Amino acid sequence: MTTRARTTGLPGWIFVPATLGAVFVLLPLVAIIARVDWANFVPLITSESSRAALWLSLRTSTVSTVLCVLLGVPMAVVLARTEFRGQGVLRSLVLLPLVLPPVVGGLALLYTFGRRGLLGETFSAWGIEIAFSAAAVVMAQTFVSMPFLVVSLEGALRTAGERYEVVAATLGAGPTTVFRRVTLPLVLPGLLSGAVLAFARALGEFGATVTFAGSLQGTTQTLPSLIYQQRVTDPDAAVALALVLVVVAVVVIGFARQGRGSTR
Amino acid sequence: MSLEVSARVVERGVDLSFSVGTGETVAILGPNGAGKSTVLSVLAGLLRPDEGRVVLDGRPLTEVGGGRAAVDVPPHRRGIALLAQDPLLFPHLSALDNVAFGPRSGGASRSESREQASGWLERVAVGHLGDRRPSRLSGGQAQRVAVARALAARPDLLLLDEPMAALDVDVRPALRHTLREVLAERTTVVVTHDVLDALLLADRVVVVEDGTVVEDGASADVLARPRSAFAARLAGLNLLAGRWDDGAVRLGAGAVVQGRVVGPAPAPGDSVLAVFRPTAVSIYREPPHGSPRNVLDTTVTHVEPRGDLIRIRSDLISADVTAQAAAELALVPGDRVVLSVKATEVSVYLH
Repeated sequence: MTTRARTTGLPGWIFVPATLGAVFVLLPLVAIIARVDWANFVPLITSESSRAALWLSLRTSTVSTVLCVLLGVPMAVVLARTEFRGQGVLRSLVLLPLVLPPVVGGLALLYTFGRRGLLGETFSAWGIEIAFSAAAVVMAQTFVSMPFLVVSLEGALRTAGERYEVVAATLGAGPTTVFRRVTLPLVLPGLLSGAVLAFARALGEFGATVTFAGSLQGTTQTLPSLIYQQRVTDPDAAVALALVLVVVAVVVIGFARQGRGSTR
Repeated sequence: MSLEVSARVVERGVDLSFSVGTGETVAILGPNGAGKSTVLSVLAGLLRPDEGRVVLDGRPLTEVGGGRAAVDVPPHRRGIALLAQDPLLFPHLSALDNVAFGPRSGGASRSESREQASGWLERVAVGHLGDRRPSRLSGGQAQRVAVARALAARPDLLLLDEPMAALDVDVRPALRHTLREVLAERTTVVVTHDVLDALLLADRVVVVEDGTVVEDGASADVLARPRSAFAARLAGLNLLAGRWDDGAVRLGAGAVVQGRVVGPAPAPGDSVLAVFRPTAVSIYREPPHGSPRNVLDTTVTHVEPRGDLIRIRSDLISADVTAQAAAELALVPGDRVVLSVKATEVSVYLH
């Protein structure tokens, strides 16, 4: 057994609201597990619409996670390593999707890339229709999950500091070499946990997706959209699929914690 | 490679210049906050001075004047490697790959740079630790790897920022010995607090106080005949400044110190220094009678152990006495005492 430092000065009553909070979060999970129709569980989650939605969700979430990494890593590096006027404002704006209601995000995307949107008309002229396509699903997911990666990575970059980068430069390494061989490897755990969080957020994305991409089986109907649609018509299927997402979420949190654990 | 530096950094109150000859090792000594690390940052290109010039072997690296930077070579193109107190080995690379980092960045192939790296590890006596991750190295081993890494980058100028300050006292001598070997014939600037570093590593000493150079000379000379309070303290010597008057040093408060003149004879009115060892100072509660000694009235400020002696520090100078003598005098800070030193123990020279 390991010895543990004793907690001092914690008031006894604090455990009451703490326990209440934990119950409030965990009880719904128990409720959903209790509601699962175990006898038909496998057929329910392997029906054609379920498989199509699951497959689409996995594909789009993976692509949007890759996009988050490609665009979010440079963003986090610029935010963490440079100083310029208005940087604070810019950081807040970039992180906006974190607090913005997803429906609003979807609407904003629609008025940007939709048929009559800011850029949509140009795209239409080229024969590209983004709204209500699988590409729209990816864009909606990327929009809402990017801030998770940026926040997580910027924190890791600030914690790592610039000291190793300075040493690398005085050893003759140019900025690109320093970025590739020192900066990135040092924040890899933070990057991984950020990417895992972004993937989880993309997988659960609903509001922005239905607004911007709709819910067409096989093209834009992701797992959360399917669950929402079936909660009335086929509650047993909705609950079974919901459990799949709960399991994925638990696995993801396990990964993210592990990633964070190895930063120190 | 010769180095010429002049730099003014207003924010940090630094305004100094000095030079380093080809293959020479110069120690920059000075109290905390004197501007030593600022100088290294300017040299490495990490800090742009408000005004200044850095020229290494005829190549201008920094040229700033009138708020405009005419030349400002980025750190990775300067050929200047920096070794700090903290070894800062890249934690994700093995010791060998840490050392190979410089050659690799310089365009050498993987195998070639590893080969060079293992040669450098051998030279600093940690050849057997190449496979280890930095987290599995002791402080002394890590600093040796850091030395190898800095040297492997083949810098034209090597900067050492208190390279032994973070190490245990018992591993310092061996590393100092290694540094002495690898720094020979290498143009180096070493910032240090330690008088041994100055004596054993450096050919020349530059003493910086309040952002300016107050002394610049061969290590042995500066330590034997300090001209600044800091150098005197480092050398463990008492230093009194005054004017040459009637064959003696007249201090500000009217006291007079007799001594042996070293070097050129001062003329009346010249500013001169009187230097002597703390062990040459005797302490009395009452003024002694009938001895041909210099006598100074002063107040005790500190009483502290120093090896097997007790150091009594006063407003003016320090005295080292035996524990027995200190016990007999029972001195505490604030006591008025009379300090005396024989004229034959005092060296007097021009400031």
